[in-house]
Amino acid sequence: MAETATFEPKIVGFMCNWCSYRAADLAGSARIKHAPNVRIIRVMCSGRVDPTFVFKAFSLGADAVMMAGCHPGECHYIEQNYKAMRRYSMIEHSLKQLGVEPDRFRLVWASAAEGQQLAEAVDKFVEDVRKLGPLNWHANLAESDERLEALANIVKEHEEALEVLP
Amino acid sequence: MAEKVGIYVCHCGSNIAGMVDVEEVAKWAGANIPDVVVSRDYKFMCSSLGQQMIEDDIKKEGLTRVVVGACSPHLHEKTFRRACSNAGMNPYLCQMTNLREHVSWVAVDRSAATLKAKALVSASAERVKMQKPLEPMSVKVNPATLVIGGGIAGLQATLELADAGYHVYLVEREPSIGGHMAQFDKTFPTLDCSACILTPKMSEVGQHENVTMMTYAEVEEVSGSVGEFTVKIRKRARYVEYAPCTGCGICIEKCPQKVVDTVFEAGLGYRKAIYTPFPQAVPRVPVIDVDNCRWFKQQKCKVCQKLCPTNAINYDQQDEVVEIKVGNIIAATGWKMFESKGLPQYGYGRLANVFTSLEFERLCNSAGPTNGKIVLRDGKTEPKSVAIIHCVGSRDTNHNEYCSGICCMASLKFGHLVLEKTNAEVYSFYIDMRANQKGYEEFYQRLLAEGMNFVRGKVAEITDAARKPSEEGKLIIQCEDTLQGRQRRIPVDMVVLMGALEPQADAKETGLKLGISCSMAGWYTERHPKLDPVATMTDGVFVAGVCQGPKDIPASVAQGAAAAARVMGMITKGTVTIEPIVASVTEEECSGCKICNTMCPYNAIEFDAAKEVSHVITALCKGCGTCVAACPAGAITGAHFNNQQIFAEIEGILWDAKPQAEPVSA
Amino acid sequence: MKYAYYPGCSLERNSAAYDVSVRQVADLLGIKLVELDDWNCCGATEFFSQDELVATSVIARNLALVDSQLNQLVAPCAACYLNLSKTDRLMAEHPHMNDKVNQCLAAGGLNYKPGSVRVRHILDVIYTDIGETAIRDKVVRPLTNLRIAPYYGCQVVRPDVAFDNPEYPMKMDELFQWVGAEVVDYPVKAHCCSGHMTQISEPQAYELIRRLLASAAEYKADMILCMCPMCQLNLDAYQAATNKYFGTNYKIPIIFFTQLLGVAFGLDTKKLGFGKEIVAAEPVLQSKLGANAAV
Repeated sequence: MAETATFEPKIVGFMCNWCSYRAADLAGSARIKHAPNVRIIRVMCSGRVDPTFVFKAFSLGADAVMMAGCHPGECHYIEQNYKAMRRYSMIEHSLKQLGVEPDRFRLVWASAAEGQQLAEAVDKFVEDVRKLGPLNWHANLAESDERLEALANIVKEHEEALEVLP
Repeated sequence: MAEKVGIYVCHCGSNIAGMVDVEEVAKWAGANIPDVVVSRDYKFMCSSLGQQMIEDDIKKEGLTRVVVGACSPHLHEKTFRRACSNAGMNPYLCQMTNLREHVSWVAVDRSAATLKAKALVSASAERVKMQKPLEPMSVKVNPATLVIGGGIAGLQATLELADAGYHVYLVEREPSIGGHMAQFDKTFPTLDCSACILTPKMSEVGQHENVTMMTYAEVEEVSGSVGEFTVKIRKRARYVEYAPCTGCGICIEKCPQKVVDTVFEAGLGYRKAIYTPFPQAVPRVPVIDVDNCRWFKQQKCKVCQKLCPTNAINYDQQDEVVEIKVGNIIAATGWKMFESKGLPQYGYGRLANVFTSLEFERLCNSAGPTNGKIVLRDGKTEPKSVAIIHCVGSRDTNHNEYCSGICCMASLKFGHLVLEKTNAEVYSFYIDMRANQKGYEEFYQRLLAEGMNFVRGKVAEITDAARKPSEEGKLIIQCEDTLQGRQRRIPVDMVVLMGALEPQADAKETGLKLGISCSMAGWYTERHPKLDPVATMTDGVFVAGVCQGPKDIPASVAQGAAAAARVMGMITKGTVTIEPIVASVTEEECSGCKICNTMCPYNAIEFDAAKEVSHVITALCKGCGTCVAACPAGAITGAHFNNQQIFAEIEGILWDAKPQAEPVSA
Repeated sequence: MKYAYYPGCSLERNSAAYDVSVRQVADLLGIKLVELDDWNCCGATEFFSQDELVATSVIARNLALVDSQLNQLVAPCAACYLNLSKTDRLMAEHPHMNDKVNQCLAAGGLNYKPGSVRVRHILDVIYTDIGETAIRDKVVRPLTNLRIAPYYGCQVVRPDVAFDNPEYPMKMDELFQWVGAEVVDYPVKAHCCSGHMTQISEPQAYELIRRLLASAAEYKADMILCMCPMCQLNLDAYQAATNKYFGTNYKIPIIFFTQLLGVAFGLDTKKLGFGKEIVAAEPVLQSKLGANAAV
């Protein structure tokens, strides 16, 4: 218990250049204090977040990954955040199979004006990950029936998708 | 050969050093990060001495990469890139790490802040080693400009540019330029005549040698990017030839088909099937409304053609699509009025004497359907009392959350006009009186003195259900008077609903064509809400007027002029530098699956059918990187954000994390 | 289409005409109503202010009784409809209330998961689930020449925006246009019927009732159609007293909308509960619909 009480998760945050990274800048200029656990990597757009970035971060020992972009409809690149949104669900799905709890991967929308909201989202995420404890995907992978279920679901969904194809 | 990396950690006075142990970060980086040959901390890296330090190290120590741990790259990336460039290093081999906004200013614990700073410096150091020299791209700026929308904001922008000697293409959807301002009688708070100040500008635009005006036309397609946009414009068929038409108006006078004018006269007046929206229209060339023209409907009549002295009527005219090339675009596409039927409790459309604000503008206008007489829907009875309801569809979570900004003052203007033209009592039902521009508060005080009645409270209902004889035949305003703290019922003869200003129905669609985004409410998003209110995130596209958010005439004019000034700056400079952050396809690795083709919102990826590979049109690519992430073959590289660079950054940022060993497979 | 059916107590007594007409019309439209077994009182309008937990639990018991095969519960009475939907929302939005209510339900061996039953008003079911085409098809006696005033009252359309505009509802207006009636668009159709004011302060109640009758009369309505037992009772049973109090002479029949819908569908007026109202409706039907009124 002593260990989890002081557990400081290491979180990688992929933030888009135009909205969420600037929201983090704004949180700074407005001196909105928040947890230091999210370490930000700037990408031009949330649509740039390659699933392998997320897997890479987890494989190197990140306890969680945040992906942040402009609000739907406000993307600097018109609609690329919608693509990020779809990719997010796909990555979440894959992580589950790998034994990574879905709560360790979060998508956040923050406009360049939303420093406060982003800071709150960071705090909430850190709090939630802290409850989960350090990433331990081996254990989850070994124990979880969910993984098998998730695999079975994928097969099922795939079959259903094939059925509706002409 | 290994790179030689220099690390520079800024104190920013005490801004960073107050919360981060900068000496420790610099010392640690020098000792622990591979390939770091110089690692220093300094009071102000952005000062000339700080920059000089970097330049000297590049020259003396032979640095090949530089990392500056200071503020946000959005503030000083250019500064440090320039310093590196001065010392002969490619500027894209310099990387900034945000230790101020992302660390010291938001942290509360010094050791946690220092740890985070180390992680960010480590990330940049690992990344910078993977960075490649890049050359910024330079594009020539075509001096012609497209202005979309001929309302007051668009007109102002057009004139500023044209007067400065630059060519402007002005595209307007309606048959005449002028916009909403042409419908108004008076303008607040000065009460000068709207037409008197607008029409000179309209005719100036119409006759200007540097303006190509296209009315009854719409932007169909925009391609290219800043400096050289190609725009397709659909000029709808007017069925009246532009060149021969003298605007004499005989065709309009003799046309036998009357039509209710739902646009300019807001449904209160009539026009003909061949018409100009109003007498001072620019151009004076009429259009034929084919839905109502007897020739188009029944193949008979042709009165206009028979009587036209210059043979300008041409029933066979077709839409014409023209292509123009411009360097910059100003969107001044305006607004539409809230549909008052959306608030059925106010009875618009059901109770005859409930009017919209635009209808009331036309009633007040001496060139309007009643020659400026304020009368009830019967066209003759003067009201004895008029209620003006503010915030109809604005400041209402069921409709639009925002304040429309102009309605308070427009209500005062209406109040003044009613008091001036009739003997009626006027009631204003407001939530808050917003009078925060020059002369506005004074105008409010003036109306208080003139005897307009103000009731603070949101109207619950407008009804014709009388409860006592004094209410018979009246419209009763049921509302809570929050200053008196009681419910009131005020019977009146006439009600004016101050509808919200709303984004044009096709604002999103137009935004998509221009590559600019809309806020949640649907207004175009400016580059920065305070410091860059006319530019957009798309270089070369500017916004002016209400399309960016509700505003009054002076603000629209100012924004129109500001947008024009920004465009002139671009034209005068002649070229524009573009960041070389673009995608490119490695043809040998491309499988030709075309997944990336549909990913790009700018149509910057083309499929080469002969080679069966995709390739990126560099001029169109904006560098978002979505295609890079989507390519299943990893054949697309995003310059300055390629996979190796980001992988290195991830490795660096997690320098203190312990990866778990591979699970033993069963 | 099969729905659980909650008649409520009013429909067993003074609003029996509503119950019989709902059942007949539903049957004809192919709406299968399965009455809840052993339903209990909804607590009407007062119980919530006495003890919220008890009130909520008593109502939740009905929701818990809904057969798991049926996920929709139809309630014609406005108060029942409001209380049932309000309880469902209260439990969904307040986890602690949900816990407490389910503890109470557990004492009776029951359990209710908020959101699992969708509470519907019969007007909504007829308007939305059956729809215009099917309803127009069923009309055998078009209500031509009959001017009706749809009266919505307060509880069905407010406070939730469930199926109609809470400020100015229109669904009953449209429904009766489909069956050929002349619908008067009178302004007080969502105003108060006075509720229980008749028991507390008669002058207040009479004034509220008068406003409704006066507006309907001003718009020359032949009858007022209700969707709430309380509204119907107040306007019908207190019409004479209101007339006496103000010296007026209103004589407007007040019936349930399902009764008149039944007439349009050619059902026997006796089986639709006509004759139970105090201001007789049948003579008006006779004079307005003429020969058409008889089966």
